Order: sequence, then structure tokens, then C-alpha cells
Amino acid sequence: MNLKGQKIQLHDMCLRDGMHAKRHQISIDEMVRLSTALDDAGVERIEIAHGDGLGGASVNYGFAAHTDEEYLAAVIPKMKQAKVSVLLIPGIGTVDHLRMAHSYGVHTVRVAAQCTEADVTEQHISLSRQLGLDTVGFLMMSHMLEPQALLKQARLMESYGANCIYCTDSAGYMLQDDVHSRIEALRAGLKPETEIGFHGHHNMALGVANSLTAVAAGADRIDGSAAGLGAGAGNTPLEVFNAVVTRMGAQTKADVFKLMAVAEEIVVPMMEKPIRVDRDSLVLGYAGVYSSFLLHAQRAAKKYGVPSEEILMELGRMKTVGGQEDMIEDVALNLAKAMK
Amino acid sequence: MTEKINVALIGSGNIGTDLMIKALRSQNINPVWMVGIDENSDGLARAKAAGLKTTAKGIDGLLPHIEADQIKIAFDATSAYVHAQNNEKLARHGVTVIDLTPAAMGPFCVPPVNLDELVSENESNVNMVTCGGQATIPIVAAISQVQGVAYGEIIATISSKSAGPGTRKNIDEFTRTTANAIESVGGAKKGKAIIVLNPAEPPLMMRDTVHCLTEDEPNQSAITASILAMIEQVQTYVPGYRLKNGPVFDGNRVSVFLEVAGLGDYLPTYAGNLDIMTASALRTAEMLAQKMLNKGENK
Repeated sequence: MNLKGQKIQLHDMCLRDGMHAKRHQISIDEMVRLSTALDDAGVERIEIAHGDGLGGASVNYGFAAHTDEEYLAAVIPKMKQAKVSVLLIPGIGTVDHLRMAHSYGVHTVRVAAQCTEADVTEQHISLSRQLGLDTVGFLMMSHMLEPQALLKQARLMESYGANCIYCTDSAGYMLQDDVHSRIEALRAGLKPETEIGFHGHHNMALGVANSLTAVAAGADRIDGSAAGLGAGAGNTPLEVFNAVVTRMGAQTKADVFKLMAVAEEIVVPMMEKPIRVDRDSLVLGYAGVYSSFLLHAQRAAKKYGVPSEEILMELGRMKTVGGQEDMIEDVALNLAKAMK
Repeated sequence: MTEKINVALIGSGNIGTDLMIKALRSQNINPVWMVGIDENSDGLARAKAAGLKTTAKGIDGLLPHIEADQIKIAFDATSAYVHAQNNEKLARHGVTVIDLTPAAMGPFCVPPVNLDELVSENESNVNMVTCGGQATIPIVAAISQVQGVAYGEIIATISSKSAGPGTRKNIDEFTRTTANAIESVGGAKKGKAIIVLNPAEPPLMMRDTVHCLTEDEPNQSAITASILAMIEQVQTYVPGYRLKNGPVFDGNRVSVFLEVAGLGDYLPTYAGNLDIMTASALRTAEMLAQKMLNKGENK
């Protein structure tokens, strides 16, 4: 694989996807400390706020330690070069949240939808573009569509005004060929000026490998998180990816050693438990289950005395998608009844 | 033949067509007109076949016939934007409007919670909230009838196949309108609504989850009894409305897990979201019609 001279934009997920792994309890102090360190290390974009995006605060997904507004107000003014992004999942958040984030000076809005349902993003993508924001269409659970079908959904988002489209491996299910064929189809079928991104989860330990494949197939932006702080087995560990592509002669704006220090000295001590490919997160990747279901399933397993991996397997069989966290307790209750 | 009130159906999409099939079975309303904007729509074809008068010219194709055909009630299943215009024109002809769009110009109507009250107040326009609202607000109300609810949250999951272009284009209207009605009709101090579209094949049944946070420790037996009684009431007009799990009590949290199977009138049974809207609207029309018949207004 030859990535020599390729430009790669890094996007850190610790303070958004990592919120899942921290039960949305990251403090303002932690958020400011980590975001300023990532900024100093040269990471170009940093995503913050609730793990389920703007408006995610709920019984279903969990209430965060602070409001989206408080996180945005604390972090954005502290950035020297990094741009702050937010996630917005229509059906959870609305254009009102988008306008709020814009008023706080957010740079990038990533409008996320289940990859088969891109037409729910029209209101949000078009408003984001009208407001002059860097606007990303974020196709979640992209493993569920074949490349050409995924391209069709991506084109919808592009037509609404998205200037960048993400192939998002929410379940950490994709193998390298899956990534290659999807990114290749997006690159061939979208406008040349539309950027392409890849968001990986490390559930099958392929975060770095899949991200390299994505770049080789034409991706411009890569999501990861320092030390992998994210849902499931975490996101692509960003300091590792940065070190690998730097050795391969690709160009990122992040400093290899500074990013290592952020991961080791700031992120790892924040973790409630080591984020690694354990049995449950491997089940997520193996069965194609939305990564942020992990902690919810483990809590339900404990409460109802049923195995967490069985809850996750059943959620896979039911073909649940992102947002259906309510089905976790429902499945646990059914399993508990069946065991009686 | 028993007397019936003549009604018009505006909008020939999934909702309008399903509603027509149900209205044809009604004891006290008689669907006379179906209004569409697409001459070739399946809904208009079915209406013609069922013996209804049809127009593809929108509301203006109906207006000249309202008096002659004694239309007293109209269902509007178009869109929030179109509804505002439709309502103004229908109001001039003295037609009572049942609004199935998220326009929410008139008061929200969730039949087992506040239909009696709305009928007695002679409202000229009532709004049917959303499919998720019809499925969940009765439960929020059942809990708030027992004790104070500080926060009510609902998650509605519907199959991709049952979500029409209107829902998709205006998904924010769903979350906003439902959240408002959780407060104003359900009685929660603060409301939150979430909608998820699931593309699984075969399509999944509509699922609805209600999470309420009570102000004080929940009275488990009273809340359970109230919820079960409410479910029975909803089942009188939506037979496929079922309790799957719960109520679960966890601190001040009360959670109820529901499933809604449709009757399979227009879309297959998985589209419970369609049925709960149309069945609620039909029930509302029938209550209004009964009152009109009692007063002899059909003459």
C-alpha cells in the first residue's frame, strides 16, 4: 500500500464517541484539558458533546454531566487551530439544536442517519450548508448496504448540500475489502470536490487497518480517538494511526509524539476501565451491532441476571439500528422471562 | 338504513387510503369524497373503485361540492404546510377538520385522554399529534393521572417501509409535535420524543417505549393498574396495541414497552404506526358524528 504524500485530515472522537464509554459523564474540566491538548498536538477537528449527538440527553441514551451548550461554550473559545464539530442525528436532535450549535461558533456539523435513510437529513444538511458550516453526511451502519446502494444514499446527502460524506462502520463489523469497495464506490460516484471520510470502530481490531484501506481507496478524513476512547472496543486509536501513516510517508497535521502523550497521559487515566477488544465488543463486531449498545447491554445484563453477549446477539438477530437502545432492556426482560 | 354523517378525505397517500378503508366500515360516518393531487395515485384509484367521488385538483376540487354533498367533517392527511390553507377554506364552509398532519393548528386530540372534552367544546379543528404520540401519550397520561410526572420520554421505532415521504422530509415536526403533546396532553412537566426508522426485512412491527420520571417515588400498584386500564381503552379502537414488557420501576423511572400491530387494511400489519393514526382519527370523527346525529345536524 502506497500512501506517500497523501494528505489525511484527522478528526478526534474522544469527547463525543468517547462519551459512550464514559456514560456521558465527562466533566467540563476534562473536556477543556483534552481538547486543548489535542489542539496543541495538531489534530484538525475535534467532536464534542453528548455521545448520541445534539439533543441526545435522555433516559434512553443517558443524561450527560453537562448540557451541549455548556460543553460548546467551554471548548470552542479555547481552540487555537482545531475546529470543533458536533453530531446531529435527525429523530433525536432537530434544526433548533443545529442553530444553537451554530450560535456557539461550531465549525462542522455532521448529520447522521442510518445508511438506508438518508432522506431524513434534508432539512438539517441544507440548513447547515446555508449557515455556511462544513457539512458532513454521516452514513451510520454502512456495512448494511452494498457499495452502489450506499452511493445512492450518499448522493442524496450530497444533493442536500453535504460537502463531505462518511462511510461509518458503527458496528466495527467491516473487513478491509468491505471498506475498500465502499470508499471506492463513493469516490467514483460523488462529485470530485466532495470529500470522503471513514469512521471506524475497533471491535474486530481492524480500526487502523480499515482506516489505512479507506485512505488508499480515496478517503480524505479519518475519525479516531486518542487511546481509542469510544463506544464498543473504541474508535480507531488515533495516535497509532497517526504514527503508522507518518511512517508510510503520508501527511497529517498532527505531531506523532504529542498525540502519543495526549493518549497516554490524559485519555488513559480518564478511562473507567481499559478499552480493548473484550468478549462483548467482539460480539458487537462479529454480529454487526451498534457499538454504543455495549454499556447499556452490560447494565441490563447485571440488572436482570442474563448474559450480556446474549443480549447483544439477540439485538443483532433483530436487526436493530442506532437509536434503538430501548430494545436492550426489552430484550433483557424477554431473556429473563425465558430463563424462568 | 341508519343515519350517517358525510365526510371527505383529503390526501390520497398511505394515511388517507388506510383511513378510507376503515371509514367504509363505520356505523356513523360515510366517506363521500377522496381528494388527491395525483390523478394516478393508488389512493384515488382505490377510492373510485370503492364508489367515492374523487378529484385530483386538491382542496379546490372539493369545495364546490361541500354543501350539495352535505360534508360535515373532513380528514386532512396532506402536509403541515398544505393543511393551513385547507383548514381556512374548509372553515369557511363550516366543515369540522380532523388534522392528521403535524400542523397542530387546533388542539391535540388523543382519544382516550381528551376526546370527550374536545367534543364537548365544539372544536372546529383538532390535531391527531403523530403516530408515536397516539401510541405513547395514553401511557404518559395513565401515569400522570396517578401522580406527578416530571419528565416523559418516548421512543417510537417504525419500519422504513411504513415511513412516507412527508414523515421523512419533516422528521423534526415529529419530535417537536410529539414532545409538545407529551406535555400538554400527557401531563408531563417536560417532554422528549425520539423517532427511529429501521430498514430490517421483513419489516418490524411498530415499537414504542415510554420512560417517565415521576416527581415522587412511584406508586407501583396504582400506576400498573392505571396503565393496564388505559391499554384496554386503546385496544377498543386499535386491537393490535400490546404491552410487551413492563411497567418496569427503577427508582423514579417507570418504563413501558409497547408494540403496535396494524389491521393490515392498506399497508401490512407491521405498519401499526399508520393504523394508530387512522384509527384514532376515525374514532374522533365517530364521536363528533354521533354528537351531530344526536343534534340532527345531518339534515
